[in-house]
Amino acid sequence: MHSTITNHADAALDFNVDEARVNWHDKTLWFIREKRDLVSHAIPEWEQLRDYASSIKNNVLSNLSQYLKEFEANAKANGAIIHWAADAKEHNAIIHEILKKHNIDRMVKSKSMLTEECGLNEYLEANGVEVIDTDLGERIVQLAKEPPSHIVLPCIHKKKEEIGELFHQFLGTEKGASDPQYLTGVARKHLRETFLTRRAALTGVNFAIAETGEFVVSTNEGNADMGAHLADVHIASMGIEKILPKQKHLGVFLRLLARSATGQPITTYSSHFKKPQPNQELHIILVDNGRSVHLGKEDFRNSLKCIRCAACMNTCPVYRRSGGYSYHNAVAGPIGSILAPNFDMRKNKDLPFASTLCGSCSNVCPVKIDIHDQLYKWRQVLMKEGYGAPAKNASMKMMGWVLSSPKIYDISGKAARIVLKYAPFIVSNKLNPWYKQREMPAPPKESFKEWYKKNRK
Amino acid sequence: MSSRENILKEVAKNQPADRALPIIDIAVSTGLDEWIPILKQRLETLHVTIHEVADYDAIKAILKETAIPQERTVTTIEELSTVSTFIDAVKEDAHSLENVDLAIIPAHFGVAENGAMWVTDSLVQYRVLPFITQQLVIVVRRESIVYNMHQAYEKIAGTNYDFGVFIAGPSKTADIEQSLVIGAHGPKGLTLFILG
Repeated sequence: MHSTITNHADAALDFNVDEARVNWHDKTLWFIREKRDLVSHAIPEWEQLRDYASSIKNNVLSNLSQYLKEFEANAKANGAIIHWAADAKEHNAIIHEILKKHNIDRMVKSKSMLTEECGLNEYLEANGVEVIDTDLGERIVQLAKEPPSHIVLPCIHKKKEEIGELFHQFLGTEKGASDPQYLTGVARKHLRETFLTRRAALTGVNFAIAETGEFVVSTNEGNADMGAHLADVHIASMGIEKILPKQKHLGVFLRLLARSATGQPITTYSSHFKKPQPNQELHIILVDNGRSVHLGKEDFRNSLKCIRCAACMNTCPVYRRSGGYSYHNAVAGPIGSILAPNFDMRKNKDLPFASTLCGSCSNVCPVKIDIHDQLYKWRQVLMKEGYGAPAKNASMKMMGWVLSSPKIYDISGKAARIVLKYAPFIVSNKLNPWYKQREMPAPPKESFKEWYKKNRK
Repeated sequence: MSSRENILKEVAKNQPADRALPIIDIAVSTGLDEWIPILKQRLETLHVTIHEVADYDAIKAILKETAIPQERTVTTIEELSTVSTFIDAVKEDAHSLENVDLAIIPAHFGVAENGAMWVTDSLVQYRVLPFITQQLVIVVRRESIVYNMHQAYEKIAGTNYDFGVFIAGPSKTADIEQSLVIGAHGPKGLTLFILG
């Protein structure tokens, strides 16, 4: 079920009620991580590619205003119509305007995390425009009235039986049918009719090339192309950080993206859109929505290098066991936890704490974002700004007081050992989160200091 | 001030000091004879049927053998116009291709490391053709194969296209419980002829 809890720890608790399901979720994502390892290890220059990608993205961030202008000029020369959106509201309004101008009230959309971030579907539906998501996973969560729980695998939290039930309800499949092959076939038919009858298609953008004004969209299903090539109006929404300087840089990024995401050497389709088809309009919307401010934060700007492969999510021990919805943000997992506080620190104050800081995310990141370091830095910012949880604030203060005096430290250590020896229920109870699903360790007989005093001779 | 000016001003103000672009230098010491087996192995994992053929007559023979008479087949390769309806220009609305069962198209070149074939709009006439067809056949010249994506973009550099796509296998999805299903929205099957 899609949780509406907006605190990570509570939502994770909710997700963990069904233990078998959590184990399944965990294993499925780890399987993808293993596939990623297999294909990346097969490339001797893998680490060099990560270095290149990271350096290219650093260059992009340091010259972004020039590259944006270059991209705009070249895309315009190619015949595209360029729009600039300061925020989600302006982005949504621009799309609505384009559709109104063409008298269109039904649109197909391929995967775009940016439109999730902007709440586009809800906005358009409220304005009488029907939006059909065409990526199979996205269509499934759309039918379930849920957001995607993973940026690459939108319905990774769903069992095939639940999907079968949704299809039975909305697409008229046989009750109880849950074979993925059968269900995919039904979706293919249903969406083929949709593609053939929609005059507007929206796609996301994986990479936009300043040098040529073209942009690249990667899919396995072919849904972005089916939508875009059959429509009179193609709208492409992109965050301003999606720019790459040169076409040849695609060689680096297309080698990294799918291998990091799903363990494929490349997605089935890597489509390069340069000019609109004759009689077609091509609109490109460049969206800021907080990114330009984010760029100014020295400690955190690095996360704008993200190419949305989700490798950090698949490897994260917390994500795998807490599920995408526990992050209450369009982008979940480690990368979501460092992106979200840039947009809204108060609303996302819990996310940088949803991590063990094990560093696995940083190790798999194809563009070498220092994810776990940023999580740690966000914690410091949040505590300083007074966004720490009250219990954590109080215990930290108490801890500071105890640690500031050796005498108090000795006394409290001894007191704790005595209490734990004679009254273990003080910590072995439901109120202590460390007691959940594990036994507390037995208290030592003496402190190290006491032991050292006895044994140093 | 418009959003454009605002965004550009804010970005210019906040972007850090210039960081240089790296020089990409990935040496490939092997040659075509090593790449072809790698390509074939890659295509097998992508569920692609492969035929190595000497000329178009061989392709025609195989197509005739496997063709189903009532199917609508189209091709953008003139040499194959005797076995399939030849399309040499965009004449109708692209939606009219919805009942195409088999499309036979050429590719500029292929990439061994990932099995991707580079196709541009001039090779297919209708951009939607390689996606809307139920089955896709691609013909690629053996000597055009490169090893990796860096070489691929060296070939693409400076060429003219309005739309281009790397196609690596038939369309697919694993969105339902990570079970691989071939034939999502695009072709349900891909056959590759390596010519020459």
